[in-house]
Amino acid sequence: MADKTTTVDEILAELSPGMTLGIGGWGSRRKPMAFIRALCRSSIEDLTVVAYGGPDVGLLCATGKVSRVITGFVTLDSIALDPHWRAARQAGTVALTEFDEGMVYLGLQAAAWRVPFLPSRAGLGADVLERNPELKTVTSPYPDGGVDGVELTAVPALHLDVAVVHANRADTEGNAQFLGPDPFFDDLFLGAADRRFVTAERVLGPGQLTGEGPMASISVNRLMTDGVAETPGGAHFTACPPDYGRDEAFQKEYAATAKDPEAWAGFKARYLDVDEDRYQAAVRERAEATP
Amino acid sequence: MSDTPVTRAEACVIACAEVFSDIGEVMVSPFGTIPALGARLAKLTFSPDLVLTDGEAALMVGAPPLGTKPGELTLEAAMTYRNVFSVVWSGRRTMIMMASQIDRYGNQNISAVGDPDRPKAQLVGCRGAPGNSVNHPTSYWVPDHSVRSFVPAVDVVCGVGYERAAAAGPGATRFHQIPRVVSNLGTFDFETPEHTMRLRSVHPGVSVDQVVEATGFELVIPDQVPETRAPTDAERQLIATLDPRGLRDREVAP
Repeated sequence: MADKTTTVDEILAELSPGMTLGIGGWGSRRKPMAFIRALCRSSIEDLTVVAYGGPDVGLLCATGKVSRVITGFVTLDSIALDPHWRAARQAGTVALTEFDEGMVYLGLQAAAWRVPFLPSRAGLGADVLERNPELKTVTSPYPDGGVDGVELTAVPALHLDVAVVHANRADTEGNAQFLGPDPFFDDLFLGAADRRFVTAERVLGPGQLTGEGPMASISVNRLMTDGVAETPGGAHFTACPPDYGRDEAFQKEYAATAKDPEAWAGFKARYLDVDEDRYQAAVRERAEATP
Repeated sequence: MSDTPVTRAEACVIACAEVFSDIGEVMVSPFGTIPALGARLAKLTFSPDLVLTDGEAALMVGAPPLGTKPGELTLEAAMTYRNVFSVVWSGRRTMIMMASQIDRYGNQNISAVGDPDRPKAQLVGCRGAPGNSVNHPTSYWVPDHSVRSFVPAVDVVCGVGYERAAAAGPGATRFHQIPRVVSNLGTFDFETPEHTMRLRSVHPGVSVDQVVEATGFELVIPDQVPETRAPTDAERQLIATLDPRGLRDREVAP
């Protein structure tokens, strides 16, 4: 069997400007942050990002990697709004294609099932449809509550060029495991993408995931992945239970840098313009320096 | 407790709790401190079948006080986000969302203020509001009632109001319902011929004129506007137990 282990840098080499990138996780939870940090350091620009947005989106906007975001929200959870995302939107530098958050789910599911759309009520009457003329409705061929000819939203398939998600565990074959309370929609991000990558806290040998948790927690199998990269602490500063919670103090520092160019320059120099090993070392130093 | 006057926050909790009366075994999703207290109060009193979540990915047993540590909650079933969408689209849910802006038809905005292409203020995004509002009863909570929140027309329609749902057709109207809007000044509904917003009650200490002045569109005002129901002594005890740190008074000043 093919060994699917890879590195964040090799995943990054799959990306080119103008591509559509899907990012797993939800808000400030289980985001593939080691990959995001590497992307921030790269020369890649003009990406379209599909995500349940958190600091991944904020960081990519703050470093000029993104031209459009397709999402229902961007939030840091414990901090309601990501100030870096707000700054980019208010400066007009990043476009937003706003979907209802359930429409993101259906769009990824449609792409994963290779159908052009899935029907939904979500979007009907809302500016999601009014302001995105490329989104269309479909006339139901069947009665809806006894009414013929009902119009429903045709949620378009959200095709991704590349998807990256972060798991608690993966194995060298490309299976992946979520040990926290919610697998989110990471399997669908992978299913919707041409090139599909998992970063994980630990990468184990074949057949070893069953010893880590129940079978249902191994909800990504190797049919769904092209590569796995081990990135310990790779979701920091977002939450990655049960391995670690959100680093709230770090997240506060990240948020505070949006309004202070000097603080942002310092944050960027210390945490983004360095490789992942130095990042993790800087995070440890920071934690030790904080009583 | 009965010798201290009812606070504005307590009145708001009662108004939110009543959104959850007579709805049976459905999942409730209350956004904001006071709606969360309302849901818990309703479950402990007149709506024991309500299904509450832990705010993460599970359903929880009972209605513990706000701020109870996650490890101290008793959980009863998984409620991942994928499960949530199944509940939303099945209709077995009712919720109180917040509104940064709301208009006379009940259109709600939590996405952006100003030109949506380059907003004056980017907010969180429409979240699930478009889907929620056309799939199950969706009420709204506005803790800062003013002409900036109660506006003639919202800048982005996230939650769908009555006239927009009607224009979108029966696919949108079939399950669309906005039972109530609760603000720090009063409660509102759409029980009017045109489904435009009507003042239903004013909270203790608030006058009808005060509500009219703080509203950026013409409200339907009945001849008699009652006061929001006052909590019973037992309800006030429960509110105090559910919110030992007094978070409610931070959301709505006493």
